[in-house]
Amino acid sequence: MTASIPVNRDRFGAYGGRYVPETLIPALDALESAYEAARVDPTFQHDLSDLLEHFVGRPSAFTPAPRLGELIGAQVWLKREDLNHTGAHKINNTVGQALLARRMGKGRIIAETGAGQHGVATATICARFGLTCVVYMGEEDMQRQALNVYRMRLLGATVVPVTSGTRTLKDATTEAIRDWVTNVNDSHYIIGSVVGPAPYPRMVRDFQSIIGREARAQVLQRTGRLPRAVVACVGGGSNAMGIFAGFVDDAAVELIGVEAAGEGLASGHHSASLSLGTPGVLHGSLSYLLQDAQGQVHPAHSISAGLDYPGVGPEHSHLKDSGRATYVAVTDREALEGFTLLSRLEGVVPALETAHAVAWLAGTKGRWMPDEPVVLCVSGRGDKDVAQVRELSILPL
Amino acid sequence: MSVTTSSDTLSARFAQLRGEGRRALVVYLTAGFPDPTRSVELIRAVAEAGADVIEVGVPFSDPMADGPIIQESTRVALQHGVGLTETLAIVREAQVPVPVVLFSYLNPLLAGGAGAMTQARDAGCSGVLVTDLPVGVDPEREAWFGESGLAFVRLVAPTTPDERMREIGRHGGGFVYLISRLGVTGTQDTLAPELESTVARLRAATTLPICVGFGISTPAHAATVGRVADGVIVGSAMIRAASESTQAAASLTRALRAALDGA
Repeated sequence: MTASIPVNRDRFGAYGGRYVPETLIPALDALESAYEAARVDPTFQHDLSDLLEHFVGRPSAFTPAPRLGELIGAQVWLKREDLNHTGAHKINNTVGQALLARRMGKGRIIAETGAGQHGVATATICARFGLTCVVYMGEEDMQRQALNVYRMRLLGATVVPVTSGTRTLKDATTEAIRDWVTNVNDSHYIIGSVVGPAPYPRMVRDFQSIIGREARAQVLQRTGRLPRAVVACVGGGSNAMGIFAGFVDDAAVELIGVEAAGEGLASGHHSASLSLGTPGVLHGSLSYLLQDAQGQVHPAHSISAGLDYPGVGPEHSHLKDSGRATYVAVTDREALEGFTLLSRLEGVVPALETAHAVAWLAGTKGRWMPDEPVVLCVSGRGDKDVAQVRELSILPL
Repeated sequence: MSVTTSSDTLSARFAQLRGEGRRALVVYLTAGFPDPTRSVELIRAVAEAGADVIEVGVPFSDPMADGPIIQESTRVALQHGVGLTETLAIVREAQVPVPVVLFSYLNPLLAGGAGAMTQARDAGCSGVLVTDLPVGVDPEREAWFGESGLAFVRLVAPTTPDERMREIGRHGGGFVYLISRLGVTGTQDTLAPELESTVARLRAATTLPICVGFGISTPAHAATVGRVADGVIVGSAMIRAASESTQAAASLTRALRAALDGA
């Protein structure tokens, strides 16, 4: 059938929607109403700003990266989400959603996690608010990110291993949705990215848009001009949507999302849903998806657990089709080089997710004018990945 | 134009049951489980053992509304390479004299392309049920199912408000699938206490027959539900029996039939 374009608030162009079991529809309606009310409620906004400043540690720093800039021939700036409490951008969203859950009187929080960053950020705010926290995590990811599993448990969360399917983020998300369907009356599901049924993609983007708002003000203040480009890694795509949101109305600013090409785009082992996927429905929304001809979801692969997801946020699909954003992909090996590169050139050890964006940027010499600002979103810090990278023995240290 | 559409087959079956004062036994089977050959045998066996309607599930890689038993059956079916095309081949081969409802997540049906619903009719399906396409979320795609000539069976949950129940009644066909409780598919020991009041609310919202599913695993459950609803749907318990043997599934079907008819 032909692709339709239902125009409503649930959609980004043709993408998005609410493709979920009927049981969840009233809960999504209630969430949407609560969110719409909270958005314009000065008390909610005050509480959110207060938490972002004094608990998360915002605004996050805006750091010049002169040695990386010299390498590629541009003025590179780093938006330092790695400096947030818990070490990544994920907490911007969990703080907002936890406030919303408390407002809705929900005492139990469900979350899924891939790399563990979203799980840790959720467990953290649940501890702070005294909420019960259950985190679903693929068994394979639990092995890759054992330290984050311990951190979540330390914070009082229950971490449930997911053994179905590919045992990664996709299956953890499916399992979290099953929990929500079962416990919808007393539980709120804090989804970790700009994915899932409406209103999640828009709401998570809004909570993450603090990245873009700050970055825009900071780049203007520090350089007196808008950047030529903004670069961010894309798995589900929440850090990218967060920083893109600040610049999407500035038509001259290029928005560049970097996906995981895994073992190579031709290998079949990658997570590049925007680069190589086709529109399909997974986890409640219509978006680009890695799938076979019969509509079965194709397992994703990435060295980075946080990018290891076969789908992507629906707004990214819209930005791709409309041409407003450009999506590229880099391999596991290139990402590992990016990991080392930013560590050695700028003294910033990035998350393996971020390392994909670093790697793409490192290869862009000749693409820029020397005085042009280019902003790289450092979505998270690499402490969680050091052990994994060391085991891969890439560096003879 | 043909006078009899596939959806009429389903309506006729419910009208007949109503005339006889009997409750419908709806049996769910995952296409391709435990393998394509035995899947055909199972469909025929439960039809012969007294099922009034058979829901044939299209295997999907990410069955978010299903519990462990049906998840496992879809995993096995996918390993046998069974997707929408093979599911329709199984329905066609089984050629049973009772109405078959194609039971699927949206994505495999979308991947099947514009002709998928016509192919489903040609294979012998009378209805289609889409787990993750609730009323009002995507009018164009809902119209595709609604105008396919197949009865578009919609789901109602215990959380569904009255106004939405009326909306579902207006846009649905064949029967309404009432989810008995919050949660995913699977067996359980007791039935939800609020079931009777949910059936009553739904009864006030639609004239379509009401069949209740999720968690109905024993003949005793079936008899209890049969006292308030027009039919019962048995899925996970049937898959568990089917994983033992085709005979076990047939026996369970006969036991459910007897319990319902004695109700």
